[in-house]
Amino acid sequence: MSNNLKLFTTPLAKNNPITVQILGICSCLAVTAQLKPAVVMALSVTVVVALSNFIISLLRNTIPPRIRIIVQLVVVSALVILVNQVLMAFVYDVSKQLSVYVGLIITNCIVMGRLEAFAMSHKPFESLLDGIGNGLGYGIILVILGFVRELLGSGTLWGYPVMEKLGMYKIGYENNGLVIMAPMALILVGIIIWIQRSKDKDLQEN
Amino acid sequence: MQMNNLRNFFDKIKPTFSEGGKLSWLGSTFEGFESFAFSPNTVTKSGSHVRDGVDLKRTMITVVIALMPALLFGMWNIGYQTSLHAENWPYELGTAASWWYCLLFGFVRMLPMIAVSYIVGLGIEFTFAQIRHHDIYEGFLVTGIIIPMIVPVTTPLWQLALAVAFAVIIGKEVFGGTGMNFLNPALVARAFLFFSYPTHMSGDQVWIAAKMNPFSTDALTGATTMGELSTGINPSASALDMIIGTVPGCTCETSVIAIALGAIMLLVSGIASWRIMLSVFIGGGLMGGLFNIIGANAYMQLPFYYHFIMGGFAFGAVFMATDPVTSAQTNCGKWVYGLLIGAFAVLLRVLNPAYPEGMMLSILLMNCFAPLIDHCVVSRNIKMRQRRAKLNQGKEVQA
Repeated sequence: MSNNLKLFTTPLAKNNPITVQILGICSCLAVTAQLKPAVVMALSVTVVVALSNFIISLLRNTIPPRIRIIVQLVVVSALVILVNQVLMAFVYDVSKQLSVYVGLIITNCIVMGRLEAFAMSHKPFESLLDGIGNGLGYGIILVILGFVRELLGSGTLWGYPVMEKLGMYKIGYENNGLVIMAPMALILVGIIIWIQRSKDKDLQEN
Repeated sequence: MQMNNLRNFFDKIKPTFSEGGKLSWLGSTFEGFESFAFSPNTVTKSGSHVRDGVDLKRTMITVVIALMPALLFGMWNIGYQTSLHAENWPYELGTAASWWYCLLFGFVRMLPMIAVSYIVGLGIEFTFAQIRHHDIYEGFLVTGIIIPMIVPVTTPLWQLALAVAFAVIIGKEVFGGTGMNFLNPALVARAFLFFSYPTHMSGDQVWIAAKMNPFSTDALTGATTMGELSTGINPSASALDMIIGTVPGCTCETSVIAIALGAIMLLVSGIASWRIMLSVFIGGGLMGGLFNIIGANAYMQLPFYYHFIMGGFAFGAVFMATDPVTSAQTNCGKWVYGLLIGAFAVLLRVLNPAYPEGMMLSILLMNCFAPLIDHCVVSRNIKMRQRRAKLNQGKEVQA
């Protein structure tokens, strides 16, 4: 069990898909201008990675190696379409905000990376845990970015005007326009990586 | 006598800061202050390759001195512009105040900006030097004075502090500190302000200080030449005004004459590269001339030399593009680097109304490409020499 627990916890920090594997950067810059879409995106990716990992792991012995990528794509696409329909049905406004980025989960490197690197060679339950772990590891970074960017960029959190209620605008505070832009999201990811590596000796390279 | 007292003081507290002392973790801070007051009496122990008596500290001080004419003129201009536009001025509206009052007014406005820039920037530099156990480098002496000089005088101090912190940490320390940065830190600070708080950095509300009270932060309207042109109005200032610098603009970038004085100082002392300075102007002139030939709108028809005297072109060419750390290092590379900076600056100004001032972005862009330019120049040189060597070999065989 401790081994399974490890499968779940290492992607959260030590082998985080964004800060250590440097995967899924594109969507992480695009959807984190506000907290709400970031959380929805994090959950969507978690569901897709976990379920596709599980399904591919079930099928792994029957997939001919030469067409495995196309089989994986079919499974991932089907799941992404499902997720997209659910989002459109229940959180339409967020779905609008995320626009193409839900569909682009198909091409998210984390999904294909986990299928190739893990699900094709591990049992279904382990693959499911690995998928959930990686999805949440991706999600943690998205939530951190969404929190910082919405707070500093728009002065709100989940749409609630935090800065205004704190009376910050009265003392001359202003929202930072750069934080809303994608380049600053990349710099923030870089800062997270910087902090993580300076804390974790194992991740330091010479 | 005074000097001796200071020397004795340093000698007395030195053991506390050297290895094993109580405050040894502040060692490089002590070293920084000591070598600021006295030139160190240590000599290089291993083989050295010193070609010149000019060290980093002296280089930086020379640049700061070269910046002084522009700084003083900028201070005066802040007061002058305010006196022309402000209400409640002790003089009648529209008439200029006496020159010393203008200078004093500008000094009072500029001093907090310079202080904030130095305190925040040096504080971060000292902290990083302590954490990383290396000596404090003098790079920030110049950056710290340039940053307040290239922002509007109405920039709030907390925004300036944030921009300085961003520039020093993300623009410099992340890459290893002084000499390792690939972007000019002062321009990083300006770019941060430009994208973060655009209403404070461009438009017609920001350029002139305030009402009579120098401590008030109310801004006044006064469009810059660049602002007028980007909105399609013909410039109201004459070319002579722009050369002398009696126009609204960022604090110290307006006077071409003051900047030229600084440029002469930099060129005579050999600190800035004349190749870069010259090629920036040639590049800008060529691009401006090209637009003159096309002449599709009023901005394109503007005589090309206007670009040299408007906005931050001259200041950027003299003080920012020539930054020895972030510019190209090879002589041939410097020409390419400078030409492209000038050309891109004019291109951005004329074609992109969203960015009225192209100088900042074009220098930052070419900062990114400087290593690539150098690489191409060096590898081309190697190939050329190889070919020549092969030819010579062939001749020897024939002989």
